[in-house]
Amino acid sequence: MKLLLGNEAVALGAYEAGAKVASAYPGTPSTEITESLARFDKDKIYVEWAPNEKVALEVCIGASMAGARAICSMKHVGLNVAADPLFTASYIGVSGGLVICVADDQGMHSSQNEQDSRHYAKASKTLMLEPSDSAECRDFVKLAFELGEKFDTPVLLRLSTRVSHSRSLVEEGVREEKEIKTYVKNPGKHVMMPGMARLRHVLVEERTKSLIGYAEEAEINRVERNGSSIGIISSGIAYCYAKEALGDQASYLKLGMVWPLPEKLIRDFAASVEKCYVIEELDPVIETHAKSLGLDVIGKELFSPLGEYTSNAIKKAILGDSGVDKASGELPALPARPPVMCAGCPHRAVFYALKSIPGLVVCGDIGCYTLGTLPPLAMMDSCVCMGASIGMALGMEKALGKEQAKKTVAVLGDSTFLHSGITGLIDIVYNKGAATVIILDNSITGMTGHQDNPATGFTIRKEPTRQLDLEKLCHAIGIDNVAIADPFDSKNFLKVVKESLGSSDPSVIIAQRPCALLKTAITSDRYYASEECIKCGICLRIACPAITKSDSGKPVIDKNQCSGCGFCANLCPAKAIKLV
Amino acid sequence: MPSILITGVGGQGTLLASRVIGNAAIREGYDVKVSEVHGMSQRGGSVETFVRFSKGKVQSPIIDEGGADILLAFEILEACRSLGVLRRGGELIANTQEISPMPVISGQAKYPEGLVESLEAMDIKLRTVDALSLAIEAGSPKAVNVVLIGLLSKSLDFDLETWRLAISESAPARFLEANLKAFELARAAG
Repeated sequence: MKLLLGNEAVALGAYEAGAKVASAYPGTPSTEITESLARFDKDKIYVEWAPNEKVALEVCIGASMAGARAICSMKHVGLNVAADPLFTASYIGVSGGLVICVADDQGMHSSQNEQDSRHYAKASKTLMLEPSDSAECRDFVKLAFELGEKFDTPVLLRLSTRVSHSRSLVEEGVREEKEIKTYVKNPGKHVMMPGMARLRHVLVEERTKSLIGYAEEAEINRVERNGSSIGIISSGIAYCYAKEALGDQASYLKLGMVWPLPEKLIRDFAASVEKCYVIEELDPVIETHAKSLGLDVIGKELFSPLGEYTSNAIKKAILGDSGVDKASGELPALPARPPVMCAGCPHRAVFYALKSIPGLVVCGDIGCYTLGTLPPLAMMDSCVCMGASIGMALGMEKALGKEQAKKTVAVLGDSTFLHSGITGLIDIVYNKGAATVIILDNSITGMTGHQDNPATGFTIRKEPTRQLDLEKLCHAIGIDNVAIADPFDSKNFLKVVKESLGSSDPSVIIAQRPCALLKTAITSDRYYASEECIKCGICLRIACPAITKSDSGKPVIDKNQCSGCGFCANLCPAKAIKLV
Repeated sequence: MPSILITGVGGQGTLLASRVIGNAAIREGYDVKVSEVHGMSQRGGSVETFVRFSKGKVQSPIIDEGGADILLAFEILEACRSLGVLRRGGELIANTQEISPMPVISGQAKYPEGLVESLEAMDIKLRTVDALSLAIEAGSPKAVNVVLIGLLSKSLDFDLETWRLAISESAPARFLEANLKAFELARAAG
């Protein structure tokens, strides 16, 4: 038995099920699935980071059509990007099993919204399983491959932050090699033009009926009987909370398959208890289904569609008392501790430079640099989805006129640019925009924990590969003004930004400086504030977590937190910040 | 069923601590669930991870308000912030180290004074330690997490060898010597 993350258990299950191809774009909380798969033997399973989720899914659809088992992983918003292939993959079905892991983020620990991915299973008319712990993660992935091949459908595996990032005990098995099915040319199944797709749609509707039949009998939809006063219908992590809260005081219908939903099973369970509750985080998917069957169940009347549930809240809602007896006492007001850019982070220098330009609008994007929104830098105006910064900057210019381009920049990371920014940049060139785009090239995908991408020159297995040249790419798109500048060289960087803003042609600035957490960026240099300090306060305005103000007004640099980047020393007008 | 909440500042090594405790609990024959925090929340913000173990089956990986038997706090302000998760009469093991959050650094707020005194007046078992000094004495400021595990080991009925094995297995080999020394120093101190 091993104590594995849900994500590690998903990877283990896929490996043991004989999966041959895995593709993904990193996204919290799904990233470790693919990272874990890359630790298995490369002769047994091919694993890659794709530039985005759409490509990742297309790679896996291709592998499945070729006859191999394939697994694709993403966070909930990644499935928006991959939705296009998903809906048609549903018509095509599979040859080798195709499992699509999608990790929701109830509570938005690391996301821009908390959409409920079950709607995608319903809308794409596919099959969705939802495990509650790591052991189920492993088992359900294996089952997902089997069911997908049996019913000729891609299978979604719904995860959540608390399942993906919790560790629990998992039994390890052995890999079962799956023979690759012989590829047969079959346009009627694989070419979805109207004439073929109309026929496939009929099969999809029939498939849903068969899947409902399976759901009625499926072992993973199980009833746990504890009397008849309270009944709970639940799935995933919400089931764990319910079980923690109510234990043997309730009977449970635990649904391991969350789409399509059984009818008779739910009807019979609801009829067997006096009061039936549906406990599901986010949207009332099971509840709506039960109510459409005419069943008297209680759901969102008691439980919120927002955020995560707790077992205390469930206990209180159903039993009337949460029984909480917690430590308490008088405490002074506690200042908040929002996440911050690390000491030595190059993004800090970019936002510090932008802050000196009055009236500048910064269309932002998804990554560590989103933290540039928070005070004291407070320099980001928007954050919507991967790559949105570029299109939005163009939209502002088109709405407010050409002059706006002199007061607007789009800021996004290298990996985000490759994910979904390239098409936005093409739009700027094609439609004669003049926007300035700053690509924060920190040589890695940072926020999700250091994954390689096409611009790093390495694959997921750290094998060298052709490195994408951002400068050449921007030139090829039609951007003539491409500047590469080091944001820590603050004077030059600001000069480049001002020149780009002043130009009536579109510009790209590649702000090049590795992530402070990369091994290549780590130095033993440390700085301290000397007696020559004139207390001007500039170093305190860069939002470095290593620099605090002492009672005398002088800065103090914590040598345990200082990364030795020297940005504060460069800014110091008195040259008072010195190397230890 | 012991439930342990680990709280601290992103980057302090709370994740590793939760893995060591989880690993040790398995060695002692418990069912275990550990809940970790990845992504955005790790960037210098407040971080909470949970470890729960039981001779029966652990259901939820999460510890709710009033549900923790032990609160292992890597930073004193975070100890106070997470206090409501500790049950009345529970044990708080707190590193007295102060790490200024951004509102303090940028001058919008002051780091509160007298936190330890406030905690001492409460209905909890309080043990404080200057874990950073002990970690540096052991050879690495990064060993703060193992210092705290050393203190925790005195509150749990696990074999000493279990802890040593869990530390060696969960932490990088190059820090092993400093980590094991940090563990011993913590046990001697607390």
